[in-house]
Formats: sequence, C-alpha cells, structure tokens
Amino acid sequence: MDEILEILEKDGRATVEDIAKMTHKKPDEVKKAIKKYEKEGAILKYKAVINKDLVRDSDSEVRALIEVNIVPQKDLGFEKIAERIYSFPEVTSCYLISGTYDLLVVVEGKNLHTVSNFVAEKLSCLENVRGTATHFLLKKYKEDGVLLKHKQDKNQRIAISY
Amino acid sequence: MKNMVSKKVQVMQPSGIRAFFDLVLGMKDVISLGVGEPDFVTPWQIREAGIYSLEQGFTSYTSNKGLYKLRLGIHRHLKNKYDLEYCPDEEILITVGVSEGLDLVLRAIINPGDKILIPQPSYVSYGPVTELAGGVPVYIDTSGDGFKITPRLLEKCIDRKTKAIVLNYPTNPTGVSYRRKELEEINKVLLKHKILCISDEVYGGLTYDFDHVAFPTLPYARNNTVYLNGFSKAYAMTGWRVGFACGPQEIIAAMTKIHQYTIMCVPITSQMAAAEALVSGRKSTEQMKREYNRRRQLMTVELNALGLKCSRPQGAFYMFPSIKSTGLSSMDFSRKLLEEEKVAVVPGTAFGPGCEGYIRISYASSLENLKEALVRIKRFLEKRRSVR
Repeated sequence: MDEILEILEKDGRATVEDIAKMTHKKPDEVKKAIKKYEKEGAILKYKAVINKDLVRDSDSEVRALIEVNIVPQKDLGFEKIAERIYSFPEVTSCYLISGTYDLLVVVEGKNLHTVSNFVAEKLSCLENVRGTATHFLLKKYKEDGVLLKHKQDKNQRIAISY
Repeated sequence: MKNMVSKKVQVMQPSGIRAFFDLVLGMKDVISLGVGEPDFVTPWQIREAGIYSLEQGFTSYTSNKGLYKLRLGIHRHLKNKYDLEYCPDEEILITVGVSEGLDLVLRAIINPGDKILIPQPSYVSYGPVTELAGGVPVYIDTSGDGFKITPRLLEKCIDRKTKAIVLNYPTNPTGVSYRRKELEEINKVLLKHKILCISDEVYGGLTYDFDHVAFPTLPYARNNTVYLNGFSKAYAMTGWRVGFACGPQEIIAAMTKIHQYTIMCVPITSQMAAAEALVSGRKSTEQMKREYNRRRQLMTVELNALGLKCSRPQGAFYMFPSIKSTGLSSMDFSRKLLEEEKVAVVPGTAFGPGCEGYIRISYASSLENLKEALVRIKRFLEKRRSVR
C-alpha cells in the first residue's frame, strides 16, 4: 500500500505538510495524491473511532451478528438480495461469506427488542431468506486493529540510556 | 577503610555524564529523546513464544553455545539475507546481547598492551571494555570526515601493536552507515595490516536508504571478521538480552570458553522467544522500520528548519545534530533544555571528545512526543536568540 494511505489509515488527521515531511515528498504532490484517492474512492471517508462503551447517551447500544442463509437468484446470485438487506439503516456491515451460511449482517439497535423485531419483521420475511441465526454481542475487545480499553501508559523504558 | 576497588575500575566512566543522567531520571514529565531502545514492545507472537516455553516447563540450562534451534535459525537467516554462511555448530555463539559478544571477543583476542581501534563517536562501552580486557583503546576522531572512518584515517592510526577495530554501523549515536564501496576500501586496509574486524551490526536491520552490507560478505573478510548482532533493536527485544557472535571457528571457540565460565548460557526463555522472532518476526520488524523511517524524514526536515544542522541519518534511530549555532557546549545545551523545557537528549560528548557541539536525539519515540519535543526545542532556541 502507498505510504500516504498507510499514514492516513493510522491517523486520518495527519496534515499534508507532515505527510510530505515523513515521506520525503513535496506537499503539492501529497495533496494531489490524496485528492486522487478521494476521487477514486480509495479513501472513502475520514472518521473518529469511538469507544461507545464510554459514551453514555449513545443511541445504539445493542449489536448483533446475524448469519443469513439465502436462496441465490438466477443471473443475479446474491447481489440483489444483499442490496435489499444492506440498504436497511439498521445494518451497519454486511459481508458475503464462504461456509455454512451466506451473508454475515451486523445490526445495531437501541435494545434487544428492536434488534429482534428487525430480524423477525424485516429480515426473515424477505422472500429469498431461508433462515437466520442471531448472535448478540456481549463485549468488544478489539475492533479494526484498535484495542477497546482505557489507554494505560505502560512505557517502562528508562528515560535515558545509551 | 582501604579502597578495595581496582585502579582499572576507579578510572572508568566520565562522571559528568552520569550526573546528567541522574538529573534526567530524577525529573518528572520529561519528554525523552534520550532513549537508546525501541519504543515498541516486543511483537506479541514473540512474547507468546516465551510464555509458551515457560508453560511447557523449559526452565533448564541450554548448551553453552545456545539452543541448537536458535543457532540454526540464525544460520538460515544470515544465509537468506546476506548469502553469508556460518556453521551452527562451530561458528555461532548465542550471547547476552551484543554487549557480551563484544566483551567476549575482546577478551578472547587481547594480549596485554594490544591496541584496539575505536572510531569515534562511538557507543560508550567499547573503550572501557577494551581496557578491562587489558587492551589499549585507540580512539579515531571522525568528526572531520562526516563521522565516517576512512582508509586515510585508518592508516594514520595503525602500528605494530594494532590488533583489531570495533566498527559499528549503522552507528550509534550518529545514524551514519556505509555503502559497499566504502566498506571495501576499509576492508582492504584491515586485510593489508592483518587487523581483525569486530563488526557490531546490531542496527543493520534498520538501514533506510540502501541495503545494509554485512562486513563478512566483503572479499576475503569472512575469516577476518567477528560479526556481532542481536535481537534488541530489530525485534524490539532489548530486555530479553539475546545477541549472537559469528566468526572463524577458532575465535568463536575461544569466546565460548570464556562464556561457559562466566555466563554458562543465555536464559532459555529468551532463546526460545528469539528463535520465534526469526520465524515470524519479519513482518513486525518491517512495520517498525517503516514507522522509524517516517519519523527520521520528519525529524531531519524539522531539526534543520530549527537551525540545528544535521544530515539525514541512514540507519538506526538516532540523529546527531550540531548545536554550534547556539554557542552552548553539548552539556550546557542538554542541561538547560532539560531544566527549561523538560526535553532530554544526550550530550554528544558522551560518545567521544570530538563530539563537542553535537547532541544525540533518538526518534524511538511516538510521533506525538516528537512533535511536542520539537515545539519545546523551538521555544528554547527562540528564547536564546532573543537574549543574545
């Protein structure tokens, strides 16, 4: 991966100037490259990674991973039905999976009730959905490479050494 | 009471630096750019291997030379990386970091009065360890040659008593390294005068602008070189204390003799973890290296912009900027920067008398810390300028 992307993936707020210094490039070059990535969709958006456990008034408090079995459609395969599913705002992620089921759908809701309702009333009744299995998430340890823990200063290096 | 300490030891260690170090250690909330070790913790798969070995009950001595598995791993690693072949049975010894390797080789080769060449600036232990082994350190000041040893400088310092040279590249404290051609020239001089090369290449894995050249890969150098390396820097394993020495069978055997009486063997847990590092650590080291490289480039631009001149270092994680523009001595600069802005650096004079007017900055620190330190250094410099 291009070094510019590598830096931005770690820190979306890295400035053009700093990236230029770090990569030994001209700021204009970096700016151009970023613009290009944004235009092509390689960079989709910039956002903060929030630990929702620490946010009291968070809207979405329950998350479920749902295995969905699907009857594929002629000529369309899974595409059309996947689109019908991921278009629901409750769905935060949706993946086509190999193995015993087809789609892994991540759903967020205010409580158990809203999520179950979504599964029972929206998801399961879709024509091509053959069956679902819902797993409620109990605790998050790590997400997208980030540990969901209070930061602890664990640096034990002595302050000065040869 | 009569002073029981030997004269040899009494005269060791420049006291000024020690006092400065104590000052740093006694202070709180210091941003330290004075640390000579990675700011990463050992990659998890390596730590896990150490834990697993303990669970499995590996708590005994190993062979004096070190675990065969680890020596074989090193053999393969050097073969793959440099096309360099050392026999795991007779030409590789596992040591307690490069520090022990250095001590062993010096003790193994020195007869009283033998001279050991030490290009300066240099890592601080080379001189004292030479003296403890009964040798005479001959310091070569390289500050006039871009901190690099050259054939001309070498020729000037060699005489009949010269036995070996301690080379270290990429160099602590300057970050300077050498390309193949430069090394070949140095090697020719060493071969001509039959001087052993002790090559401390512990930062070899952290070379940025070109491929690192291992000294024993140079023409006819293999049988005239003791190659020292370790896991501390490349794999962020400083606290595990694992290094290794490779060289001609006769010297390694002599070193092993001393090692078996003084150390016995390197702790088995550390050896097990190091063996794993060779198997699965490469991706992590590459990641760390990329991160260091970015900081290196950023720091070069920023320090020069502040008027602290330094060339872009080629390896390790050190910068060695000149502070001559401030009119302060290395020690005064470091002390005042610490007291006024709570930023710790190491005075250049710690690495040799020729390094007055320089400081060592380590960028083995988070980008956040580096940036904050730069803000403080800037403030510090501006204050001085307005006073003058």
